[in-house]
Amino acid sequence: MSLIQEPAIPLYDAVVKGYHTLSTAGADTEGVRRARQSAFDQWRLLGFPSIKNEDWKYTNITRYLKDEFALDGLVAGGGPVAAVAAPAGLVKKATIPGLDAFQVVLVNGVWDGKVHGASPKGELPKGIELLKVSQVLNDPAFAGYFGNGKWGNQHFAYLNTALFTDGLFIRVKDGAVIEKPLHVVHVFTADRNLLIQPRHVWVAGRNAEASVIESIVGGEGDVKLWVNSLMEIFAQTDSKLDHVVLQTAGTGVRLVQHTTVRQQKQSLYNNYTFTLPGAELVRNDLQARLEEDHTETHLYGLYLTAGGQLVDNHTLVDHQKPNCYSNELYKGVLLEKSTGVFNGKVYVHQDAQKTNAFQQNNNLVISKQATIDSKPELEIYADDVKCSHGSTVGQFSEEALFYLRARGIGEDTAKALLINAFAFDVTEKLRNEAVEHFVNELISQHIPSQTQA
Amino acid sequence: MLIIKNLHAEVEGKQILKGLNLTVNAGEVHAIMGPNGAGKSSLASVLAGRENYEVTEGEVWFEGKNLLEMAPEDRAREGVFLAFQYPVEIPGVSNINFLKTAIGEIRAYRNLPPLDAKAFLQLSKEKQKLVEFDAKLVNRSLNEGFSGGEKKRNEIFQLAMLEPLLSILDETDSGLDIDALRIVSKGVNKLRSPKNAFLIITHYQRLLEYIVPDFVHVLYDGRIVKSGTKELALELEEKGYDWLKEKEEVGTN
Ligand SMILES: Nc1ncnc2c1ncn2[C@@H]1O[C@H](COP(=O)(O)OP(=O)(O)O)[C@@H](O)[C@H]1O
Ligand SMILES: [Mg+2]
Repeated sequence: MSLIQEPAIPLYDAVVKGYHTLSTAGADTEGVRRARQSAFDQWRLLGFPSIKNEDWKYTNITRYLKDEFALDGLVAGGGPVAAVAAPAGLVKKATIPGLDAFQVVLVNGVWDGKVHGASPKGELPKGIELLKVSQVLNDPAFAGYFGNGKWGNQHFAYLNTALFTDGLFIRVKDGAVIEKPLHVVHVFTADRNLLIQPRHVWVAGRNAEASVIESIVGGEGDVKLWVNSLMEIFAQTDSKLDHVVLQTAGTGVRLVQHTTVRQQKQSLYNNYTFTLPGAELVRNDLQARLEEDHTETHLYGLYLTAGGQLVDNHTLVDHQKPNCYSNELYKGVLLEKSTGVFNGKVYVHQDAQKTNAFQQNNNLVISKQATIDSKPELEIYADDVKCSHGSTVGQFSEEALFYLRARGIGEDTAKALLINAFAFDVTEKLRNEAVEHFVNELISQHIPSQTQA
Repeated sequence: MLIIKNLHAEVEGKQILKGLNLTVNAGEVHAIMGPNGAGKSSLASVLAGRENYEVTEGEVWFEGKNLLEMAPEDRAREGVFLAFQYPVEIPGVSNINFLKTAIGEIRAYRNLPPLDAKAFLQLSKEKQKLVEFDAKLVNRSLNEGFSGGEKKRNEIFQLAMLEPLLSILDETDSGLDIDALRIVSKGVNKLRSPKNAFLIITHYQRLLEYIVPDFVHVLYDGRIVKSGTKELALELEEKGYDWLKEKEEVGTN
């Protein structure tokens, strides 16, 4: 099937050519070269996913692959591209009022090296280090972070590994507690269709604590930007990392985002992923690998979808070792003709006794033309565990709606209140008040005044 | 203020109200009593505009306007208030924001300027005091985790805040202990004025010792079968409702 179908995808040829350019340039060290080679070979075998792949059953991307895309970052010689200036309007859109944070802006995955909101003179606190991936990729001291060529069944992770050229490397040093959050603004912009493949590596050292907020903006015009982002997070022993993702890109963006978190002993990782109306395709693969014991993981998600959007959240919590705790809550509000997909896999290995793993996915389907496919998947091979999961799909509570209207609140306002209330379970989990306020505002803005039932 | 003529209504194909007549004037308090299932809550629902009720015959006029043609929110904006028999819990909507929104929309409808934050706060404090409503509950999610009594008191607090012309209290007394009953009644009595009116639905005459009605009606099988003054409530308390059934049987035989 793949042999017949894929050559018809223009991007397929572009990728093959791009890989050729990159590999013949020979700029990579042996470790990186090998990872790329094996990822490329694997990608050739897997191709682009189709609905025949179990993980893509409800997410048909065929129509998004019909366009031609140029490959960003692969200029002659295979070197990294220079940073492009970020359009001020897009940075403004990502700016969170009242947030006291360090801010960095990446355009198409490339950081200009500037830190905003830091004092004095754009300096970060000593405990945190920010580098461009293109600077450290072939530095032997960083070899451990870029040698991974194994991504299971993750088509797009292989594609990224074969071809990425830049991204953001963050390291919070051992014992460092970074009080102010770091706000990473990802701007995507171009004057022609592009495949953009940022690769990010974040490391939270032993006993380190940090909070990172990512905002994704761009794609406001007619140009199609396919963003295939790959992130690996190393949460070392006793580290604490708070990670907020605000996906607010425009309709021109097709976003495929893979995040693998590797948790060591007693580390804590919190992820809050918000997807708002805009980007026509969003596929998130969030994988928490609990590689050592006594870790704690919280995954919170809220997807508010509208228009013809297709938003797919695939999460995996991989309990490999004993005494780990994971809790997941994803909520969806589906408007207009949008489609949502939630797939939450919890895998408890035989070794992972005393696991506590909880998962919940609730959906509010506002429009008759909207759909949601929600699927929890539990695979448990240990016997002494506490696991639960639940999934609901519902409409507005007629009782609640009538109660509000009986107090003089118009139908549309009443619905907006109920949507905000539904989302509240997730937004209240945000630990930064400015971010929480911003997210609530975003939600309110996107609730159409005419919510057709 | 309110004129109900020959009201027939059904829910899910079942005829519930079967020709109900009632007139309420400004300044009056009417009590509606009757056995379980008589249609008391149904009457309240029809007046408030609950959508699963279908009016098949009859008219309802409120301040000279056709109430049945209005959306539920417009009825509230015109001055109809229903204190629910079973107030709904809405997690995530704060009590105070809910009231702010309601007052904002009601004022906009009446072409009144919006209340500023200070004036709203002032109003809220004043009414909390009037109905002895716990300030802690004001900032909580709407009715979430409230006890039965707290929910009922929240209804009366909302009533005080919105200052309706016609207040319909559906079994506000059920689930209240004697102290709560006294507080709720005191609140209602303070809110009574020559400009507004109350329709008090209750099972027991207990409440009517505190809120003294001008008229008492017996609702049975979808109709008002007997009307009188407050003495009727005492009579009902003594005799129960069985005599109604007998009367009905005699009537049909
Ligand atoms: N949603 C509904 N569907 C079907 N029957 C209903 C519904 N609501 C009320 N009823 C019926 O209508 C009748 C009147 O109910 P109600 O108005 O609640 O009585 P009351 O308040 O006097 O106890 C009862 O027989 C009840 O079962
Ligand atoms: Mg009732």
